[in-house]
Amino acid sequence: MLIFQHSVDQRRNPSQSPSESAGEIADISDLPLSCLRDAPPKLPAVSEMQTVRHYTQLSQKNFSIDTQFYPLGSCTMKYNPRACNKYAMLPGLLRKHPLTPAKHNQGTLTCFYELQEMLKDITGMKEVSLSPMAGAQGEFAGVAMIRAYHDARNDDVRSEILVPDAAHGTNPATAVMCGYKAREIPTDKNGDVDLDALRAAVGPQTAGIMLTNPSTLGVFERKIAEIAQIIHEAGGLLYYDGANLNAILGKVRPGDMGFDVIHMNLHKTFSTPHGGGGPGAGPVGVSERLVPYLPVPFVAYDGKSYSVVTEKERPDTIGRLSAHMGNTGVLLRAYIYARLLGADGMIRVADYATLNANYMMTRLKEKGFDMAYPERRATHEFILTLKKQAKELGVTAMDIAKRLLDYGFHAPTTYFPLLVPECFLIEPTETESQYELDAFIEAMAEILQECHRDAEMVKASPHTLPVRRLDDVRAARQLDLVWKQST
Amino acid sequence: MSDIPTQIKYTKSHEWVETLEDGNVRIGITDHAQDLLGDMVFVELPEVGDEISAGEECAVVESVKAASDVYSPLSGEVTAVNETVAEAPETVNQSPYENGWLFELKPSVNTEFDDLLDADTYNKLAEEDSH
Repeated sequence: MLIFQHSVDQRRNPSQSPSESAGEIADISDLPLSCLRDAPPKLPAVSEMQTVRHYTQLSQKNFSIDTQFYPLGSCTMKYNPRACNKYAMLPGLLRKHPLTPAKHNQGTLTCFYELQEMLKDITGMKEVSLSPMAGAQGEFAGVAMIRAYHDARNDDVRSEILVPDAAHGTNPATAVMCGYKAREIPTDKNGDVDLDALRAAVGPQTAGIMLTNPSTLGVFERKIAEIAQIIHEAGGLLYYDGANLNAILGKVRPGDMGFDVIHMNLHKTFSTPHGGGGPGAGPVGVSERLVPYLPVPFVAYDGKSYSVVTEKERPDTIGRLSAHMGNTGVLLRAYIYARLLGADGMIRVADYATLNANYMMTRLKEKGFDMAYPERRATHEFILTLKKQAKELGVTAMDIAKRLLDYGFHAPTTYFPLLVPECFLIEPTETESQYELDAFIEAMAEILQECHRDAEMVKASPHTLPVRRLDDVRAARQLDLVWKQST
Repeated sequence: MSDIPTQIKYTKSHEWVETLEDGNVRIGITDHAQDLLGDMVFVELPEVGDEISAGEECAVVESVKAASDVYSPLSGEVTAVNETVAEAPETVNQSPYENGWLFELKPSVNTEFDDLLDADTYNKLAEEDSH
């Protein structure tokens, strides 16, 4: 139900209406007539209590990290510490206008500068800009810099970006947005990039490669040094998709692996809220050769005070990606998170993210589930394949995902990466206790029994949620996203 | 998986190729491919007159699970596209080898036919794929 459907014509809410006596009604006599409404705005006429109930009830219908275990692989749905929220909302930070001159904004700029420095240290890159507003925009900035680099050298035959077949869908999309053709590179049976196919694919047309390491298959790309050599010898650059950075935080650095550019999803690795699709933050880091093209503005420090670097100091920059310097509130939360963790804490993030994933993988194997890469150690996430269950019992990965909702767990990522049939990509994150992990493992074991006992019941799940199985096919074929007020 | 048509040829990337009476070829995706992808919700086709080369992405089939590129098995000029599947993508699921064909080509490189797989070879490949 929508808030408008609670609305009753002529309902008044005087306590919340602006009152003339308190001087809350502004004098609008100087506005031109053409700017005045001739009809009242179509706002829902609801009481305060109805409004509170409406939104509280909606929030209760939702799965969230604040209410449930949320092992959505590759999305890193970890706990967002309340302390980060609290300190990011200190009045001195909250009430700063983004156009405040640098000399009156040293506090916020200090936080940003220190965040830039910490991200540089942890990734091994030469410089960092915080301005991209989300992971996808960070990717765009990264490949735009690769393009700027080749253009500046008048190297205009480079037309392709290589992307492994296990990549996030955003990688080929980014390549295309930046005017490149995406070329897919296959993965070998152990989950590493197929080096022979890579060697066959590189050439003078290669602008670069986009890699996630650990990959979306939940394994570390062991041949990264060779890949870097092959790409660099062909004159291309290496792009690091930071989606899985939490697995290697403080352990190994993309800069040391040979990457030239990286984006980081602060809402994943640095635990800022994912929100309903935003706001995000996708800072980019670069190696020496891409420094001139870094997106502006970012913060510089001369030993005395902090200043904002713009097009004036960096004429070759790829430009601006946001009105100011990214999403300040998100950046501040990430900064506080990093300060709370410290260098040791970051290493523990990687330790526990990996330990939790390997613990779950081992115990789920014992419960009778098949792993997609049984020979490999998991990183911060792992993949199980339900093709045996699909074949023998007719129960698909989607059915089991839906049944998990009945047990009070958000489902893992399903059917991604595409190259693993009937796959479940499970990422527990480091913030879950063994107690939670065990509860999920027991639920999976119980559902497996149910598949044998009563497959039809599993196929009809969920049974306990506000909505039953949704018709995704109809939703996709007859897309209808806009509620229209009936007149 | 054993009931795939034997008179047509296949690719590793799950397209099929049927030679028509006039020498043009008709191209679609296999039953195995549509089964893996699940319910189709969108099909993007090339345009008549497009020149495409073998191995090039020339169409997109999108299901509730994934959007997948279709690679042209042969080089040539597109002579016809199946408007039915653009309007009713489920046709690809219902009839992958007949009503659900995607486009037709006038092939320009005859030797490329040698690279296509016969039904037995494709069958084995598809079976390995689903094990």
